[in-house]
Amino acid sequence: MKQPNRIKSWEITSESNFINRRAFLASAGLAAAGATLLPATGNAAVRELETVPGPYSTDEEPNSWEDVTTYNNFYEFGTGKEDPYRYAQDFVTEPWTVRIEGECEKPGDYAFEDLVAPHALEDRVYRHRCVEAWSMVVPWVGIPLGDLLKRFEPNSDAKYVRFETLYDPRRMPGQRRAVLDWPYVEGLTIEEAMHPLTLMTVGVYGKSLPNQNGAPLRLVIPWKYGFKGIKSIVKIEFTKRQPRNSWNVSAPHEYGFYANVNPEVDHPRWSQARERRIGAGLFAEKQPTLMFNGYAEEVASLYSGLDLRKNY
Amino acid sequence: MSPKTLRAMKVAVFILCLLPLGKLALEAFGVAGMSLGANPVEELLHRCGKWGLNFLLITLAITPLRRLSGWNAAIRFRRMLGLFAFFYILLHFLVYAGLDQRFAMQYIVEDIVERPYITLGIIALVLLLPLAITSTNGMMRRLGRRWQKLHRLVYPIAILAVWHFYWQVKQDILEPLIYAGILALLLGVRYFYHLQRKRKQHALTMDKKLRSETP
Ligand code: HEM
Repeated sequence: MKQPNRIKSWEITSESNFINRRAFLASAGLAAAGATLLPATGNAAVRELETVPGPYSTDEEPNSWEDVTTYNNFYEFGTGKEDPYRYAQDFVTEPWTVRIEGECEKPGDYAFEDLVAPHALEDRVYRHRCVEAWSMVVPWVGIPLGDLLKRFEPNSDAKYVRFETLYDPRRMPGQRRAVLDWPYVEGLTIEEAMHPLTLMTVGVYGKSLPNQNGAPLRLVIPWKYGFKGIKSIVKIEFTKRQPRNSWNVSAPHEYGFYANVNPEVDHPRWSQARERRIGAGLFAEKQPTLMFNGYAEEVASLYSGLDLRKNY
Repeated sequence: MSPKTLRAMKVAVFILCLLPLGKLALEAFGVAGMSLGANPVEELLHRCGKWGLNFLLITLAITPLRRLSGWNAAIRFRRMLGLFAFFYILLHFLVYAGLDQRFAMQYIVEDIVERPYITLGIIALVLLLPLAITSTNGMMRRLGRRWQKLHRLVYPIAILAVWHFYWQVKQDILEPLIYAGILALLLGVRYFYHLQRKRKQHALTMDKKLRSETP
Protein backbone atom coordinates (compact mmCIF):
# COMPACT_ATOMS: atom_id res chain seq x y z
CA MET A 1 0.00 0.00 0.00
CA LYS A 2 1.17 3.52 -0.62
CA GLN A 3 1.04 5.95 2.24
CA PRO A 4 -0.60 9.24 1.32
CA ASN A 5 1.93 11.89 0.38
CA ARG A 6 1.16 14.19 3.24
CA ILE A 7 2.55 11.57 5.62
CA LYS A 8 5.60 10.83 3.53
CA SER A 9 6.55 14.46 3.46
CA TRP A 10 6.18 14.96 7.19
CA GLU A 11 9.22 16.79 8.37
CA ILE A 12 9.17 16.41 12.11
CA THR A 13 11.44 18.81 13.90
CA SER A 14 10.24 18.26 17.42
CA GLU A 15 7.69 16.34 19.35
CA SER A 16 5.45 19.32 20.00
CA ASN A 17 5.57 20.29 16.38
CA PHE A 18 4.52 16.77 15.44
CA ILE A 19 1.61 16.76 17.85
CA ASN A 20 0.42 20.16 16.62
CA ARG A 21 0.57 19.06 13.04
CA ARG A 22 -1.48 16.00 13.79
CA ALA A 23 -4.02 18.00 15.75
CA PHE A 24 -4.35 20.21 12.70
CA LEU A 25 -4.87 17.23 10.43
CA ALA A 26 -7.46 15.79 12.74
CA SER A 27 -9.34 19.05 13.04
CA ALA A 28 -9.31 19.49 9.29
CA GLY A 29 -11.26 16.28 9.13
CA LEU A 30 -8.55 14.60 7.10
CA ALA A 31 -8.47 11.73 9.53
CA ALA A 32 -11.86 10.64 8.34
CA ALA A 33 -10.87 10.65 4.68
CA GLY A 34 -11.41 7.24 3.19
CA ALA A 35 -13.96 6.23 5.79
CA THR A 36 -16.66 6.36 3.17
CA LEU A 37 -14.87 3.84 0.95
CA LEU A 38 -15.08 0.08 1.29
CA PRO A 39 -13.86 -1.27 4.63
CA ALA A 40 -10.08 -1.32 4.39
CA THR A 41 -7.96 -4.34 5.30
CA GLY A 42 -4.24 -4.88 5.78
CA ASN A 43 -2.15 -1.74 5.92
CA ALA A 44 -4.90 0.14 4.12
CA ALA A 45 -6.68 -0.01 7.47
CA VAL A 46 -4.02 2.08 9.22
CA ARG A 47 -5.89 5.04 10.67
CA GLU A 48 -5.45 8.14 12.83
CA LEU A 49 -5.71 7.64 16.58
CA GLU A 50 -6.94 9.95 19.33
CA THR A 51 -3.92 10.44 21.54
CA VAL A 52 -2.71 12.46 24.52
CA PRO A 53 0.90 13.45 25.22
CA GLY A 54 2.54 10.91 27.52
CA PRO A 55 5.53 11.14 29.88
CA TYR A 56 9.15 10.09 29.29
CA SER A 57 9.39 11.40 25.72
CA THR A 58 12.84 12.28 24.44
CA ASP A 59 13.23 15.54 22.57
CA GLU A 60 15.57 13.91 20.06
CA GLU A 61 14.33 14.14 16.51
CA PRO A 62 12.21 11.12 15.55
CA ASN A 63 13.16 9.00 12.55
CA SER A 64 11.10 9.47 9.42
CA TRP A 65 7.95 7.47 8.75
CA GLU A 66 9.88 5.70 5.96
CA ASP A 67 12.70 4.64 8.26
CA VAL A 68 10.33 3.42 10.94
CA THR A 69 8.11 1.47 8.53
CA THR A 70 10.59 0.04 6.01
CA TYR A 71 13.55 -1.03 8.15
CA ASN A 72 12.24 -3.69 10.51
CA ASN A 73 13.17 -6.96 12.11
CA PHE A 74 10.03 -9.07 12.11
CA TYR A 75 11.12 -12.56 11.12
CA GLU A 76 7.51 -13.74 10.81
CA PHE A 77 7.54 -11.89 7.49
CA GLY A 78 11.12 -12.68 6.43
CA THR A 79 14.65 -12.11 7.67
CA GLY A 80 15.55 -9.17 5.39
CA LYS A 81 15.12 -5.68 6.81
CA GLU A 82 12.62 -4.72 4.10
CA ASP A 83 10.82 -8.07 4.05
CA PRO A 84 8.24 -7.07 6.70
CA TYR A 85 7.40 -3.92 4.70
CA ARG A 86 7.07 -6.01 1.54
CA TYR A 87 5.27 -9.08 2.81
CA ALA A 88 3.09 -7.77 5.65
CA GLN A 89 1.04 -5.30 3.62
CA ASP A 90 -2.03 -7.53 3.31
CA PHE A 91 -1.86 -9.10 6.77
CA VAL A 92 -5.33 -8.76 8.29
CA THR A 93 -5.55 -7.98 12.01
CA GLU A 94 -9.31 -7.63 12.41
CA PRO A 95 -10.72 -9.39 14.33
CA TRP A 96 -7.94 -9.89 16.88
CA THR A 97 -8.24 -11.71 20.17
CA VAL A 98 -5.74 -11.91 23.00
CA ARG A 99 -5.84 -14.80 25.45
CA ILE A 100 -5.01 -13.90 29.04
CA GLU A 101 -4.07 -16.81 31.27
CA GLY A 102 -2.02 -18.01 34.22
CA GLU A 103 -1.70 -16.55 37.69
CA CYS A 104 -4.52 -13.99 37.65
CA GLU A 105 -8.14 -13.59 38.65
CA LYS A 106 -9.54 -12.60 35.28
CA PRO A 107 -8.21 -14.90 32.57
CA GLY A 108 -10.08 -15.20 29.30
CA ASP A 109 -10.21 -14.22 25.65
CA TYR A 110 -10.35 -10.47 25.12
CA ALA A 111 -11.06 -8.67 21.87
CA PHE A 112 -8.37 -6.17 20.92
CA GLU A 113 -10.88 -3.30 21.11
CA ASP A 114 -11.94 -4.25 24.64
CA LEU A 115 -8.33 -4.40 25.78
CA VAL A 116 -7.56 -0.92 24.55
CA ALA A 117 -10.85 0.96 24.97
CA PRO A 118 -10.67 1.84 28.69
CA HIS A 119 -7.26 3.52 28.34
CA ALA A 120 -6.05 6.85 27.03
CA LEU A 121 -3.59 6.39 24.18
CA GLU A 122 -0.31 8.17 24.95
CA ASP A 123 2.25 9.57 22.54
CA ARG A 124 5.72 8.54 23.70
CA VAL A 125 8.87 9.29 21.76
CA TYR A 126 11.40 6.63 22.77
CA ARG A 127 14.91 5.71 21.75
CA HIS A 128 14.96 2.24 20.15
CA ARG A 129 18.20 0.24 20.28
CA CYS A 130 18.47 -2.97 18.27
CA VAL A 131 20.80 -5.74 19.44
CA GLU A 132 22.42 -5.41 15.98
CA ALA A 133 23.91 -2.06 17.05
CA TRP A 134 21.62 0.32 15.19
CA SER A 135 19.08 2.69 16.72
CA MET A 136 16.16 4.95 15.94
CA VAL A 137 13.91 7.42 17.72
CA VAL A 138 10.29 6.39 17.39
CA PRO A 139 7.08 8.27 18.29
CA TRP A 140 5.07 5.34 19.61
CA VAL A 141 1.44 5.38 20.73
CA GLY A 142 0.36 3.07 23.52
CA ILE A 143 -0.77 2.42 27.05
CA PRO A 144 1.40 1.64 30.05
CA LEU A 145 1.55 -2.16 30.14
CA GLY A 146 1.08 -2.14 33.93
CA ASP A 147 -2.26 -0.33 33.66
CA LEU A 148 -3.47 -2.98 31.24
CA LEU A 149 -2.17 -5.96 33.24
CA LYS A 150 -3.69 -4.75 36.52
CA ARG A 151 -7.15 -5.20 35.01
CA PHE A 152 -6.60 -8.97 35.00
CA GLU A 153 -5.73 -8.92 38.70
CA PRO A 154 -2.49 -10.92 38.79
CA ASN A 155 -2.09 -12.87 42.05
CA SER A 156 0.97 -13.10 44.30
CA ASP A 157 2.37 -16.06 42.31
CA ALA A 158 2.61 -13.92 39.18
CA LYS A 159 6.37 -13.35 39.17
CA TYR A 160 6.80 -13.13 35.40
CA VAL A 161 4.76 -12.35 32.33
CA ARG A 162 5.07 -14.40 29.16
CA PHE A 163 3.98 -13.10 25.74
CA GLU A 164 3.34 -14.98 22.54
CA THR A 165 3.07 -13.88 18.89
CA LEU A 166 0.47 -15.22 16.48
CA TYR A 167 1.47 -18.48 14.81
CA ASP A 168 -0.13 -18.75 11.40
CA PRO A 169 2.25 -19.66 8.55
CA ARG A 170 -0.45 -19.03 5.97
CA ARG A 171 -0.62 -15.38 7.00
CA MET A 172 2.97 -15.03 8.20
CA PRO A 173 5.13 -16.43 5.40
CA GLY A 174 8.36 -16.18 7.39
CA GLN A 175 7.05 -18.90 9.69
CA ARG A 176 7.18 -21.45 6.87
CA ARG A 177 10.89 -21.85 7.57
CA ALA A 178 12.19 -22.80 11.02
CA VAL A 179 14.50 -19.79 11.34
CA LEU A 180 13.31 -19.51 14.96
CA ASP A 181 11.29 -21.89 17.07
CA TRP A 182 7.79 -20.54 16.32
CA PRO A 183 5.71 -19.07 17.80
CA TYR A 184 7.88 -16.18 18.98
CA VAL A 185 7.78 -15.84 22.76
CA GLU A 186 9.10 -13.21 25.14
CA GLY A 187 9.06 -12.61 28.86
CA LEU A 188 9.49 -9.93 31.51
CA THR A 189 9.70 -9.98 35.28
CA ILE A 190 6.50 -8.64 36.82
CA GLU A 191 8.46 -5.58 38.01
CA GLU A 192 9.65 -4.87 34.46
CA ALA A 193 6.15 -5.38 33.11
CA MET A 194 4.68 -2.99 35.68
CA HIS A 195 7.33 -0.32 35.15
CA PRO A 196 5.72 2.88 33.82
CA LEU A 197 8.17 3.04 30.89
CA THR A 198 6.96 -0.30 29.51
CA LEU A 199 4.46 0.40 26.76
CA MET A 200 1.80 -1.82 25.25
CA THR A 201 2.00 -0.21 21.87
CA VAL A 202 -0.84 0.13 19.37
CA GLY A 203 0.43 2.89 17.13
CA VAL A 204 3.24 4.98 15.74
CA TYR A 205 3.26 8.57 14.49
CA GLY A 206 -0.26 9.06 15.78
CA LYS A 207 -1.65 6.22 13.65
CA SER A 208 -2.49 2.61 14.32
CA LEU A 209 0.50 0.30 13.84
CA PRO A 210 1.37 -0.67 10.28
CA ASN A 211 1.59 -4.46 10.01
CA GLN A 212 5.37 -4.49 9.64
CA ASN A 213 5.68 -2.77 13.01
CA GLY A 214 3.76 -5.49 14.85
CA ALA A 215 0.07 -4.73 14.38
CA PRO A 216 -2.24 -4.64 16.12
CA LEU A 217 -0.33 -4.61 19.42
CA ARG A 218 3.26 -5.07 20.47
CA LEU A 219 5.54 -4.36 23.38
CA VAL A 220 8.05 -1.54 23.61
CA ILE A 221 10.57 -1.72 26.45
CA PRO A 222 12.92 1.16 25.63
CA TRP A 223 15.80 0.16 27.92
CA LYS A 224 16.05 -3.30 26.39
CA TYR A 225 17.23 -4.50 22.99
CA GLY A 226 14.52 -4.37 20.36
CA PHE A 227 13.93 -8.10 20.17
CA LYS A 228 12.25 -7.97 23.61
CA GLY A 229 9.51 -5.90 21.97
CA ILE A 230 7.39 -8.84 20.85
CA LYS A 231 4.95 -8.08 18.03
CA SER A 232 1.41 -9.12 17.03
CA ILE A 233 0.68 -10.49 20.50
CA VAL A 234 -2.05 -13.13 20.90
CA LYS A 235 -1.29 -14.43 24.36
CA ILE A 236 -0.28 -13.01 27.73
CA GLU A 237 0.39 -15.39 30.60
CA PHE A 238 1.27 -14.67 34.22
CA THR A 239 3.78 -17.28 35.39
CA LYS A 240 5.60 -18.37 38.53
CA ARG A 241 8.79 -19.29 36.71
CA GLN A 242 10.97 -17.34 34.36
CA PRO A 243 9.80 -18.09 30.80
CA ARG A 244 12.26 -18.78 27.98
CA ASN A 245 12.36 -16.24 25.16
CA SER A 246 12.81 -17.15 21.49
CA TRP A 247 16.24 -15.64 20.88
CA ASN A 248 17.54 -17.10 24.10
CA VAL A 249 16.29 -20.54 23.03
CA SER A 250 17.93 -20.21 19.63
CA ALA A 251 21.35 -18.91 20.82
CA PRO A 252 21.65 -18.92 24.63
CA HIS A 253 25.26 -17.71 24.67
CA GLU A 254 24.34 -14.66 22.54
CA TYR A 255 20.92 -13.60 23.84
CA GLY A 256 19.78 -13.69 27.44
CA PHE A 257 16.47 -13.23 29.23
CA TYR A 258 17.11 -9.65 30.36
CA ALA A 259 18.65 -8.19 27.18
CA ASN A 260 19.13 -4.79 28.82
CA VAL A 261 20.99 -2.35 26.60
CA ASN A 262 24.53 -2.35 28.00
CA PRO A 263 27.53 -0.81 26.23
CA GLU A 264 29.92 -2.74 28.47
CA VAL A 265 28.71 -6.23 27.63
CA ASP A 266 29.44 -7.10 24.01
CA HIS A 267 27.55 -9.52 21.87
CA PRO A 268 29.97 -12.42 21.29
CA ARG A 269 30.28 -11.43 17.63
CA TRP A 270 30.14 -7.63 17.73
CA SER A 271 30.61 -4.66 20.02
CA GLN A 272 27.67 -3.03 21.81
CA ALA A 273 29.68 0.07 22.79
CA ARG A 274 28.45 2.17 19.86
CA GLU A 275 25.42 2.30 17.63
CA ARG A 276 24.55 3.56 14.17
CA ARG A 277 21.63 5.99 14.26
CA ILE A 278 19.38 5.22 11.31
CA GLY A 279 18.75 8.29 9.19
CA ALA A 280 22.01 9.98 10.12
CA GLY A 281 23.35 9.43 6.61
CA LEU A 282 26.22 7.80 4.79
CA PHE A 283 28.97 9.80 6.46
CA ALA A 284 27.71 9.95 10.04
CA GLU A 285 29.80 8.66 12.90
CA LYS A 286 28.42 5.99 15.19
CA GLN A 287 27.32 7.30 18.55
CA PRO A 288 28.10 5.89 21.98
CA THR A 289 25.47 3.53 23.38
CA LEU A 290 24.12 4.57 26.78
CA MET A 291 23.61 2.27 29.75
CA PHE A 292 20.00 1.05 29.71
CA ASN A 293 19.71 3.00 26.45
CA GLY A 294 19.71 6.25 28.43
CA TYR A 295 16.92 5.19 30.81
CA ALA A 296 19.25 4.25 33.70
CA GLU A 297 17.72 6.82 36.01
CA GLU A 298 14.31 5.21 35.63
CA VAL A 299 15.21 1.52 35.62
CA ALA A 300 18.67 0.85 37.09
CA SER A 301 17.12 0.18 40.51
CA LEU A 302 15.25 -2.81 39.06
CA TYR A 303 18.59 -4.59 38.72
CA SER A 304 20.46 -3.63 41.89
CA GLY A 305 22.44 -6.64 43.05
CA LEU A 306 22.12 -8.42 39.72
CA ASP A 307 25.35 -9.29 37.86
CA LEU A 308 24.57 -7.73 34.47
CA ARG A 309 27.51 -9.45 32.84
CA LYS A 310 26.07 -12.85 33.67
CA ASN A 311 22.45 -11.83 33.24
CA TYR A 312 22.85 -10.32 29.77
CA MET B 1 37.41 -16.46 -32.19
CA SER B 2 38.96 -13.53 -34.01
CA PRO B 3 40.95 -11.03 -31.92
CA LYS B 4 38.33 -8.43 -32.79
CA THR B 5 35.40 -10.43 -31.44
CA LEU B 6 37.39 -11.27 -28.32
CA ARG B 7 38.09 -7.59 -27.72
CA ALA B 8 34.45 -6.68 -28.16
CA MET B 9 33.39 -9.42 -25.79
CA LYS B 10 35.93 -8.33 -23.22
CA VAL B 11 34.58 -4.80 -23.31
CA ALA B 12 31.05 -6.16 -22.91
CA VAL B 13 32.01 -8.30 -19.92
CA PHE B 14 33.89 -5.37 -18.38
CA ILE B 15 30.79 -3.20 -18.60
CA LEU B 16 28.62 -5.99 -17.19
CA CYS B 17 30.97 -6.31 -14.23
CA LEU B 18 30.61 -2.59 -13.53
CA LEU B 19 26.81 -2.69 -13.45
CA PRO B 20 26.52 -3.57 -9.74
CA LEU B 21 28.77 -0.60 -8.92
CA GLY B 22 26.75 1.64 -11.22
CA LYS B 23 23.52 0.67 -9.49
CA LEU B 24 25.06 1.34 -6.07
CA ALA B 25 26.23 4.74 -7.25
CA LEU B 26 22.79 5.68 -8.59
CA GLU B 27 21.23 4.62 -5.31
CA ALA B 28 23.84 6.45 -3.25
CA PHE B 29 23.16 9.68 -5.13
CA GLY B 30 19.40 9.15 -5.06
CA VAL B 31 19.01 9.23 -8.84
CA ALA B 32 15.45 8.70 -10.08
CA GLY B 33 14.09 7.93 -6.63
CA MET B 34 16.53 5.07 -6.08
CA SER B 35 18.02 4.78 -2.64
CA LEU B 36 20.22 2.65 -0.42
CA GLY B 37 17.40 2.44 2.13
CA ALA B 38 17.28 3.34 5.80
CA ASN B 39 20.79 2.06 6.58
CA PRO B 40 22.94 3.05 3.61
CA VAL B 41 26.28 2.10 5.17
CA GLU B 42 25.10 -1.42 5.88
CA GLU B 43 23.57 -1.70 2.42
CA LEU B 44 26.81 -0.65 0.69
CA LEU B 45 28.85 -2.95 2.91
CA HIS B 46 26.64 -5.95 2.26
CA ARG B 47 26.21 -5.41 -1.45
CA CYS B 48 29.96 -4.95 -2.10
CA GLY B 49 30.73 -8.05 0.00
CA LYS B 50 28.12 -10.05 -1.83
CA TRP B 51 29.38 -9.03 -5.26
CA GLY B 52 32.97 -9.73 -4.23
CA LEU B 53 31.95 -13.23 -3.27
CA ASN B 54 29.83 -13.65 -6.41
CA PHE B 55 32.77 -12.73 -8.64
CA LEU B 56 35.07 -15.01 -6.68
CA LEU B 57 32.77 -17.96 -7.37
CA ILE B 58 32.20 -16.93 -11.00
CA THR B 59 35.98 -16.87 -11.46
CA LEU B 60 36.23 -20.35 -9.98
CA ALA B 61 33.49 -21.53 -12.32
CA ILE B 62 35.43 -20.65 -15.49
CA THR B 63 37.61 -23.77 -15.62
CA PRO B 64 34.77 -26.28 -15.10
CA LEU B 65 32.68 -24.30 -17.58
CA ARG B 66 35.44 -24.51 -20.11
CA ARG B 67 35.84 -28.26 -19.66
CA LEU B 68 32.12 -28.95 -19.82
CA SER B 69 31.37 -26.71 -22.78
CA GLY B 70 34.62 -27.16 -24.65
CA TRP B 71 34.63 -23.38 -25.15
CA ASN B 72 38.31 -22.74 -24.52
CA ALA B 73 38.12 -18.97 -24.97
CA ALA B 74 36.36 -18.79 -21.60
CA ILE B 75 39.79 -18.71 -19.99
CA ARG B 76 40.40 -15.31 -21.59
CA PHE B 77 37.90 -13.75 -19.19
CA ARG B 78 39.15 -15.31 -16.00
CA ARG B 79 41.70 -12.69 -15.06
CA MET B 80 39.24 -9.84 -15.48
CA LEU B 81 36.62 -11.61 -13.38
CA GLY B 82 39.17 -12.35 -10.68
CA LEU B 83 40.26 -8.73 -10.60
CA PHE B 84 36.64 -7.62 -10.29
CA ALA B 85 36.28 -9.97 -7.32
CA PHE B 86 39.27 -8.23 -5.77
CA PHE B 87 37.85 -4.82 -6.69
CA TYR B 88 34.49 -5.39 -4.98
CA ILE B 89 36.12 -6.98 -1.93
CA LEU B 90 38.47 -4.02 -1.64
CA LEU B 91 35.45 -1.69 -1.84
CA HIS B 92 33.75 -3.82 0.83
CA PHE B 93 36.77 -3.35 3.06
CA LEU B 94 36.95 0.39 2.35
CA VAL B 95 33.24 0.82 3.17
CA TYR B 96 33.87 -1.00 6.42
CA ALA B 97 37.05 0.86 7.34
CA GLY B 98 36.05 4.26 6.00
CA LEU B 99 32.30 4.67 6.31
CA ASP B 100 31.51 2.23 9.10
CA GLN B 101 34.56 2.76 11.31
CA ARG B 102 35.70 6.11 9.90
CA PHE B 103 39.27 4.84 9.80
CA ALA B 104 39.44 4.62 13.60
CA MET B 105 42.37 2.21 13.89
CA GLN B 106 41.52 1.38 17.48
CA TYR B 107 38.12 -0.06 16.50
CA ILE B 108 39.36 -1.72 13.33
CA VAL B 109 42.16 -3.52 15.15
CA GLU B 110 39.77 -4.52 17.93
CA ASP B 111 37.39 -6.00 15.34
CA ILE B 112 40.14 -7.89 13.52
CA VAL B 113 41.46 -9.35 16.77
CA GLU B 114 38.20 -10.02 18.59
CA ARG B 115 35.61 -10.84 15.93
CA PRO B 116 36.48 -14.17 14.31
CA TYR B 117 34.43 -13.46 11.18
CA ILE B 118 36.39 -10.28 10.56
CA THR B 119 39.67 -12.10 11.23
CA LEU B 120 38.74 -14.53 8.46
CA GLY B 121 37.77 -11.67 6.15
CA ILE B 122 41.03 -9.82 6.58
CA ILE B 123 43.07 -13.00 6.05
CA ALA B 124 41.17 -13.59 2.81
CA LEU B 125 41.80 -10.02 1.69
CA VAL B 126 45.51 -10.14 2.55
CA LEU B 127 45.87 -13.41 0.63
CA LEU B 128 44.15 -11.81 -2.36
CA LEU B 129 46.73 -9.01 -2.55
CA PRO B 130 49.61 -11.06 -4.06
CA LEU B 131 47.20 -12.58 -6.57
CA ALA B 132 46.05 -9.14 -7.73
CA ILE B 133 49.62 -7.83 -7.87
CA THR B 134 50.88 -10.78 -9.92
CA SER B 135 48.01 -10.69 -12.39
CA THR B 136 49.94 -8.80 -15.09
CA ASN B 137 51.39 -10.51 -18.17
CA GLY B 138 54.88 -9.54 -17.10
CA MET B 139 54.48 -11.12 -13.68
CA MET B 140 53.00 -14.23 -15.24
CA ARG B 141 56.02 -14.60 -17.49
CA ARG B 142 58.48 -13.86 -14.74
CA LEU B 143 56.98 -16.33 -12.29
CA GLY B 144 56.45 -19.13 -14.82
CA ARG B 145 55.37 -22.33 -13.10
CA ARG B 146 55.36 -20.66 -9.70
CA TRP B 147 52.60 -18.33 -10.90
CA GLN B 148 50.13 -21.18 -11.15
CA LYS B 149 51.14 -22.51 -7.75
CA LEU B 150 50.69 -19.07 -6.18
CA HIS B 151 47.30 -18.60 -7.72
CA ARG B 152 46.01 -21.83 -6.19
CA LEU B 153 45.67 -19.61 -3.12
CA VAL B 154 42.26 -18.73 -4.52
CA TYR B 155 40.85 -22.01 -3.13
CA PRO B 156 41.56 -21.28 0.55
CA ILE B 157 40.54 -17.65 -0.08
CA ALA B 158 37.14 -18.74 -1.34
CA ILE B 159 36.68 -21.05 1.63
CA LEU B 160 37.62 -18.24 4.05
CA ALA B 161 35.24 -15.87 2.27
CA VAL B 162 32.23 -18.19 2.52
CA TRP B 163 33.12 -18.98 6.12
CA HIS B 164 33.28 -15.23 6.87
CA PHE B 165 29.82 -14.82 5.33
CA TYR B 166 28.48 -17.77 7.35
CA TRP B 167 29.86 -16.47 10.63
CA GLN B 168 28.51 -12.95 10.32
CA VAL B 169 24.83 -13.81 9.82
CA LYS B 170 22.67 -13.33 12.86
CA GLN B 171 20.35 -16.28 12.44
CA ASP B 172 19.27 -17.15 8.93
CA ILE B 173 22.10 -19.28 7.53
CA LEU B 174 20.27 -20.36 4.37
CA GLU B 175 22.09 -17.98 2.03
CA PRO B 176 25.65 -18.71 3.19
CA LEU B 177 24.81 -22.41 3.05
CA ILE B 178 23.78 -22.04 -0.59
CA TYR B 179 27.10 -20.30 -1.28
CA ALA B 180 28.92 -23.07 0.58
CA GLY B 181 27.12 -25.65 -1.56
CA ILE B 182 28.13 -23.92 -4.79
CA LEU B 183 31.72 -23.60 -3.60
CA ALA B 184 31.80 -27.29 -2.59
CA LEU B 185 30.57 -28.19 -6.07
CA LEU B 186 33.19 -26.03 -7.79
CA LEU B 187 36.02 -27.41 -5.65
CA GLY B 188 34.63 -30.94 -5.94
CA VAL B 189 34.69 -30.77 -9.74
CA ARG B 190 38.32 -29.67 -9.61
CA TYR B 191 39.23 -32.51 -7.31
CA PHE B 192 37.54 -34.90 -9.71
CA TYR B 193 39.60 -33.52 -12.63
CA HIS B 194 42.68 -33.82 -10.49
CA LEU B 195 42.00 -37.52 -9.76
CA GLN B 196 41.27 -38.16 -13.41
CA ARG B 197 44.55 -36.60 -14.44
CA LYS B 198 46.42 -38.64 -11.88
CA ARG B 199 44.81 -41.87 -13.00
CA LYS B 200 45.70 -41.14 -16.59
CA GLN B 201 49.28 -40.42 -15.65
CA HIS B 202 49.43 -43.57 -13.61
CA ALA B 203 48.03 -45.63 -16.47
CA LEU B 204 50.53 -44.07 -18.80
CA THR B 205 53.54 -44.86 -16.62
CA MET B 206 52.27 -48.40 -15.99
CA ASP B 207 51.91 -48.84 -19.70
CA LYS B 208 55.44 -47.70 -20.36
CA LYS B 209 56.79 -49.89 -17.60
CA LEU B 210 55.03 -52.97 -18.96
CA ARG B 211 56.29 -52.31 -22.44
CA SER B 212 59.88 -51.86 -21.29
CA GLU B 213 59.70 -55.10 -19.32
CA THR B 214 58.42 -57.26 -22.13
CA PRO B 215 61.31 -58.06 -24.43
C1 HEM C 1 37.43 -12.29 0.54
C2 HEM C 1 37.08 -11.25 1.25
C3 HEM C 1 35.67 -10.97 1.71
C4 HEM C 1 34.46 -11.36 1.18
C5 HEM C 1 34.20 -12.21 -0.06
C6 HEM C 1 33.43 -10.81 2.03
C7 HEM C 1 32.07 -11.02 1.84
C8 HEM C 1 31.09 -10.65 2.73
C9 HEM C 1 29.71 -10.99 2.61
C10 HEM C 1 29.10 -11.80 1.47
C11 HEM C 1 29.05 -10.44 3.66
C12 HEM C 1 27.57 -10.55 3.98
C13 HEM C 1 26.76 -9.61 3.20
C14 HEM C 1 25.29 -9.80 3.45
O1 HEM C 1 24.90 -10.19 4.56
O2 HEM C 1 24.50 -9.54 2.53
C15 HEM C 1 30.04 -9.75 4.46
C16 HEM C 1 29.75 -9.04 5.61
C17 HEM C 1 30.69 -8.30 6.29
N1 HEM C 1 32.04 -8.24 6.06
FE1 HEM C 1 33.02 -9.15 4.56
N2 HEM C 1 34.00 -10.08 3.03
C18 HEM C 1 35.36 -10.14 2.87
C19 HEM C 1 36.32 -9.52 3.66
C20 HEM C 1 36.03 -8.66 4.69
C21 HEM C 1 37.00 -7.85 5.39
C22 HEM C 1 38.49 -7.80 5.08
C23 HEM C 1 36.32 -7.14 6.34
C24 HEM C 1 36.81 -6.16 7.36
C25 HEM C 1 38.01 -6.11 7.85
C26 HEM C 1 34.92 -7.50 6.24
C27 HEM C 1 33.92 -7.02 7.04
C28 HEM C 1 32.60 -7.36 6.95
C29 HEM C 1 31.56 -6.82 7.79
C30 HEM C 1 31.76 -5.81 8.92
C31 HEM C 1 30.37 -7.40 7.39
C32 HEM C 1 28.97 -7.12 7.88
C33 HEM C 1 28.59 -7.73 9.16
C34 HEM C 1 27.21 -7.30 9.61
O3 HEM C 1 26.47 -6.65 8.86
O4 HEM C 1 26.89 -7.61 10.73
N3 HEM C 1 34.79 -8.42 5.22
N4 HEM C 1 31.27 -9.90 3.86
